[in-house]
Amino acid sequence: MRVELKHIHKRFGAVHANNDVSLVVEAGTIHGLLGENGAGKSTLVKMLTGFYSRDSGEILLDGKRVDVRTPIDGVRSGVGMLHQDPLDFSALTVLENFQARSRFTPSSGTSAQDLAKLAQQFNFKLDPNELVGNLTVGERQQLELLRLLSLGVRTLILDEPTTGISASQKTQLFNAMHTLASQGKSVIFVSHKLEDVEEVCNYATVMRRGQVMGSMPVKKGDPYLSGQLVDLMFGHELALPNKPVTARPEVGLHLKKVLFKSDNLSVTINDLQIQRGEVIGLAGLEGSGQRPFILACAGVEAPVAGQIYINNKDLTHQPYKQYLDNGVCYVPADRLREGLVAGLSIQDHMAIRNPAPGMFLDQNDMNAKAKAAIAHFNIRGTPNSKVERLSGGNQQRTQIALMPATLNLLLMEHPTRGLDIESVLWIWKQLIERCQQGTTILFASADLDEIMEYSDRVIVFSGGNASAPIPASHLSASKLGEMIGGKF
Amino acid sequence: MSRSLIYRFGSLISAFVVIAVVILTTGRSPFTVIGTMLNGAFGNGEQLARVLVTLIPLLLCTAGVIYTFNAGLYNIAVEGQIVVGAVFATWTLRLFEESVKSADLPSGLAIFVAILAGAVGGMLWGLLLGVINVYGRVNEIFAGVGLNFMATGLAIYLVFGPWKRPGVASMSGTQPFDESIWLSSLGNTELSPVGLLVALLGLIVTIILISRTHYGLRLRAVGNNLRAAFILGIPATRQLFSAFAICGILAGLAGALQVLAVFHRLIPSISSNLGFLSLLVAMLITYNPVFILPVAFFFAALNIGALRLPSELKLESALAGVIQGILVLFVLLGRGLSQRYAKKQG
Repeated sequence: MRVELKHIHKRFGAVHANNDVSLVVEAGTIHGLLGENGAGKSTLVKMLTGFYSRDSGEILLDGKRVDVRTPIDGVRSGVGMLHQDPLDFSALTVLENFQARSRFTPSSGTSAQDLAKLAQQFNFKLDPNELVGNLTVGERQQLELLRLLSLGVRTLILDEPTTGISASQKTQLFNAMHTLASQGKSVIFVSHKLEDVEEVCNYATVMRRGQVMGSMPVKKGDPYLSGQLVDLMFGHELALPNKPVTARPEVGLHLKKVLFKSDNLSVTINDLQIQRGEVIGLAGLEGSGQRPFILACAGVEAPVAGQIYINNKDLTHQPYKQYLDNGVCYVPADRLREGLVAGLSIQDHMAIRNPAPGMFLDQNDMNAKAKAAIAHFNIRGTPNSKVERLSGGNQQRTQIALMPATLNLLLMEHPTRGLDIESVLWIWKQLIERCQQGTTILFASADLDEIMEYSDRVIVFSGGNASAPIPASHLSASKLGEMIGGKF
Repeated sequence: MSRSLIYRFGSLISAFVVIAVVILTTGRSPFTVIGTMLNGAFGNGEQLARVLVTLIPLLLCTAGVIYTFNAGLYNIAVEGQIVVGAVFATWTLRLFEESVKSADLPSGLAIFVAILAGAVGGMLWGLLLGVINVYGRVNEIFAGVGLNFMATGLAIYLVFGPWKRPGVASMSGTQPFDESIWLSSLGNTELSPVGLLVALLGLIVTIILISRTHYGLRLRAVGNNLRAAFILGIPATRQLFSAFAICGILAGLAGALQVLAVFHRLIPSISSNLGFLSLLVAMLITYNPVFILPVAFFFAALNIGALRLPSELKLESALAGVIQGILVLFVLLGRGLSQRYAKKQG
């Protein structure tokens, strides 16, 4: 089915998630949709499938204007989406999930035959009586794909389908996509993995900051393609390294054969040594392994294997308290979910982090500490302001004010996300001062300019692979972009 | 007047209107009913004493659930903790009864140990809930319902089994204790000055701990955001267990006092649903312990005042529960609406 999107707009509050997006996907093709997190890919396909409603613009399917308002509308007009985490029922069997597709459930016999026929067509091996909860992500994708096809879907959207599945499942999936295209169906492949797009797609469209940056045909073996796509994804000019040297000769953080896991990633780091006072930027798309890495170094979630040394002290498998006592501090990205306690005031937070001696709260002491922090860190608020009432920038300043005085290792996620430029400059000034006092900083950021500007060295994460640290001065935009896209 | 205040006052007024309508459906005037209840609660000294007798366990339990509420836990298990406290106290008294009668043991000491045993029993029951909740990851409400059934089952088993009255076992409980190990009461009422003292002490300690100490602040932090509190360095698990334990201690004390001062034996319904009532009080005062005393007193007065209704107006005394329930529902509703409004504004 030919899909045409014309001048689509979508706003979420102040964020213009899709800004005048137009896109054509021809029938019988596989179309890659590339971009960083937050580029607007998911928003776009969710409007096409009826999960979101668009603010303005037109959707044409086979040349006919349609109005997709709900996911049911989407499926009725022939558009189906395979979500990154398939939307299935883990407590039901494969067959029951397959049957949960229409208002009038056909008999199990008919459904079982339909399922077997479809599965055979794509060479999928699914046991109809197995519980979906026992399947791998790859098998669940296969089931969901068959279910969508049985509903008469003629345009299939796959959202990051190659994350967390095995190599053979990936081959099967790609073969299935080719089969679908040869049947005249269209496939939209949403991904941030350059290699996958180059391998399977006929066309690629790159989005960035809510806009389409460009569209191009994909020819296998085109040596310039990667470079072109990377340029479109990340833009050309990156900020130049702009940080005084603060690294000291001693080792601040040492990881030995560390393995850590999150939902569907496992990341291995063989030997990583970071000097005291150094700033390490963790680049990569969100969910590529930076978060488990940071949580492990912070002592919040223990790695599966390996040793962690901080300032030459072995803290492997020590409780989080030990990390805190050794001057480790973790500043989360989600300030109100993990960093600060909504409902409590600035001075309450001061008393939690830095309590006066004795069991009783000392209101004067709390107030004085909060006032000092407000003045020193330029927070717009009063000691009694509840943290959820503060603006994002002031919440971040509060988080920084809460960092302990002796700080050996600081781990931050998106230290300046959503902040105005004045706050960004101010926050980095504070952080660099800390480095000069000997604090080692590791920070994850989606902002490549920030990574280039403030890191001594950069570790790139992609799909659970971590690169060796590379000096920022050796990096170019295209090199960084390729690595983020999975080409090390 | 701000929108949020309108919601709050509006909800109270609506509650009174609905209560009046409920009373009108019985064919009585709301004013007659309120007059009768007021007279039933405060008509004379004896009535007031009965209000205070109900107030004692209600204060202790409300103070207890304030800890768990502040830690973000809906501790419905407080009801069972009263029962287990009563069982432990009864057990201790049974062990000591003969020695006290033969004057081998001072009765004061036996009573003191029995009260302590009640606290320990409640604490253990509370910690058990903590283990199930924190390590077993079972929601504290579901676990609480189960533990409440078990506690009541335990009491019934003891009353009808090992501790049954010589002769015929019955719902009226175990053989009453010898008067020497009763907690003394004022005149011919059941009001025990020691019990009232313990309850007020529990209340004062709670007010201070919750609003004036680092412990209380950490508890509130854990209750508002467990993850952030942990990341800020608060030992969250320990904090949760302490809340479960302290609540158990206070509820256990309430159970022990019911045995020692009011019933002088173990009865299956020893908790008289006061644990559940304490949850309502706690919800009404939004975790702020300063308001426990007036609200608990009001609820206790409603309970006692309503006992007059059957004899004088031929109405069910359960009307007190209806009034309490309507009040809490509407106040929660008003709070929810004003929060929703505040969110829209923010």
